[in-house]
Amino acid sequence: MDSITASNNNSVGLVTTQYFTFDRFAFRSGKTLGPITLAYETYGTLNEEKNNAILIVHALSGSAHAAGKYSGQDKHPGWWDLYIGPGKPFDTNKYFIICSNVIGGCSGSTGPSSINPNTGKPYGLEFPMMTVQDMVNSQWYLIKHLGIKKLLSIAGGSLGGMQALKWAILYPEMVGSVMAIATSASLSAQGIALNEVGRQAIMNDPNWNGGNYYDSKGPDAGLSLARMIGHITYLSEKHMHEKFGRRFKEEDLSVASFKHVFMVESYLHYQGTKFVDRFDANSYLYITKAIDYFDLKKDYGTLHNAFADVLSNFLVISFTSDWLYPSSQSKEIVQALRANGKNVMYTDIETDMGHDTFLIDYDPLKRNISNFLMREFERMKKQ
Amino acid sequence: MNMHDGIGYDLITAEILPGTKVLDLGCGDGLLLQKLQNTKQVIPYGVEISEDGVCQCVEKGLYCYQGDIDEGLADYKDNSFDYVILNQTLQITKRPAYVLQEMMRISKNAIVSFPNFGYLKTRLQLLIKGMMPKNVLLPYEWYETPNIHLLTIRDFQAFCTSNKYPVKKEYHFTMSSKGKSCQIRILPNILAQYGFFVLDGERYTNNRI
Repeated sequence: MDSITASNNNSVGLVTTQYFTFDRFAFRSGKTLGPITLAYETYGTLNEEKNNAILIVHALSGSAHAAGKYSGQDKHPGWWDLYIGPGKPFDTNKYFIICSNVIGGCSGSTGPSSINPNTGKPYGLEFPMMTVQDMVNSQWYLIKHLGIKKLLSIAGGSLGGMQALKWAILYPEMVGSVMAIATSASLSAQGIALNEVGRQAIMNDPNWNGGNYYDSKGPDAGLSLARMIGHITYLSEKHMHEKFGRRFKEEDLSVASFKHVFMVESYLHYQGTKFVDRFDANSYLYITKAIDYFDLKKDYGTLHNAFADVLSNFLVISFTSDWLYPSSQSKEIVQALRANGKNVMYTDIETDMGHDTFLIDYDPLKRNISNFLMREFERMKKQ
Repeated sequence: MNMHDGIGYDLITAEILPGTKVLDLGCGDGLLLQKLQNTKQVIPYGVEISEDGVCQCVEKGLYCYQGDIDEGLADYKDNSFDYVILNQTLQITKRPAYVLQEMMRISKNAIVSFPNFGYLKTRLQLLIKGMMPKNVLLPYEWYETPNIHLLTIRDFQAFCTSNKYPVKKEYHFTMSSKGKSCQIRILPNILAQYGFFVLDGERYTNNRI
């Protein structure tokens, strides 16, 4: 509970989401779409030299709302509020923090649930198939719009880490440093398989209706199930055991049913149901597919080639109990960077909390982020 | 390896030319690299097995990665560094021959220092007391020592000869009671507490090509 109290004391306070719209955007698939809107939030102040800007890139279910609250009554702060704020690792007294919702998302940025101006109806599956590169290219417009020539850093976990790596490759001169946390140069077959089960859960829900459900009840059951599967992959076996064990909600066999007998079941159901209220099923399909497609080795021949021209300094972090994005995949990135003579720090943080460690209040992670930024900012100021 | 903190730092610092690229294998909390950065303006890189060590390196702004020393040396190109340092760590490595070979390949200079198991007092502890030797450089009990490849100065000389590793410099030392290193010029394999070698990696690698 300490962390929650602490985060209240050093919160960025009340925030509002802003919107940036640009005319047209060419997807990697060759399709173009427009206008495109990106929802974004900023915290802290851009300094005169414009060298203190950090772009936070979110994971699968994130949004532009990374820190602070929308109102005094708001119960839930932004998704990375533990890490962003005055005196926190992303210290808003020093840095200017930007976070935008990915293209294809459903929290204010143009995505499958947005209205297609040509038809007056939501895009649904008319929305182009998109990639991590498209997320990055669309963010590039936003960064230009904000008048920033070079970012001090780009930071993200999971899919966010993929975006951060891609940024460094596509726009080397714009990225001072990268913090790639619990990520991979390409998702494993196991990861793709789990994503596909989630997608099938959505698409097999009759309410999905070929992605055309915006004027009826959506595929809530399918989306909820997809989220439940996701949540299993974000936790480690050990953490799940410690958190729930085999504890019962209802032990008495005479009244027990197939509904939520074990605590872990009711936890997953809760997560699933909660998710349905804030996430669009089609966005889930598009974004997970973008994660699956992401493959730096395939795109550049080898991982070594992928990083040949990057100019950023790197902090790569993995978590020992993360089986979705295992440490070995982070090491692969580190090795390729090292072989290219790039500046890279790597640490494999000991934790039982699995993939989602980057979202919880975890001191070793906080310390590394905070120290890395401090040193990178010193370097940037010397340039 | 906190027990070895500071040992040989002055020698290594004296050896290294300003503005060079240095990789420290087993860099711990990064103190040596930071010292080299401050006094010789080197471009520092490190490898360290402990999460805590890496965390302290990050704090110092040193590019350090967490892993075994022998892990990932193969990634580096020939002559990538001006100096690779293996300070009081050779005897801990799982594959010392491999580590040395990679050091010779990736660096123009390989700086290697290690506790000399042929040191007189060490020999006497075994000979007279009949027990495993312990001293400031070999502080561990037999059941908890990480030292799995102990060696003498003569062993290392023979190893360099048989592998055709050109020895640029070798000078050997004993710690004074104040912890200062005193150079030993006669009978080093008996009188020196630790061996200190600078090997010519550049010549070795270029001869091989």
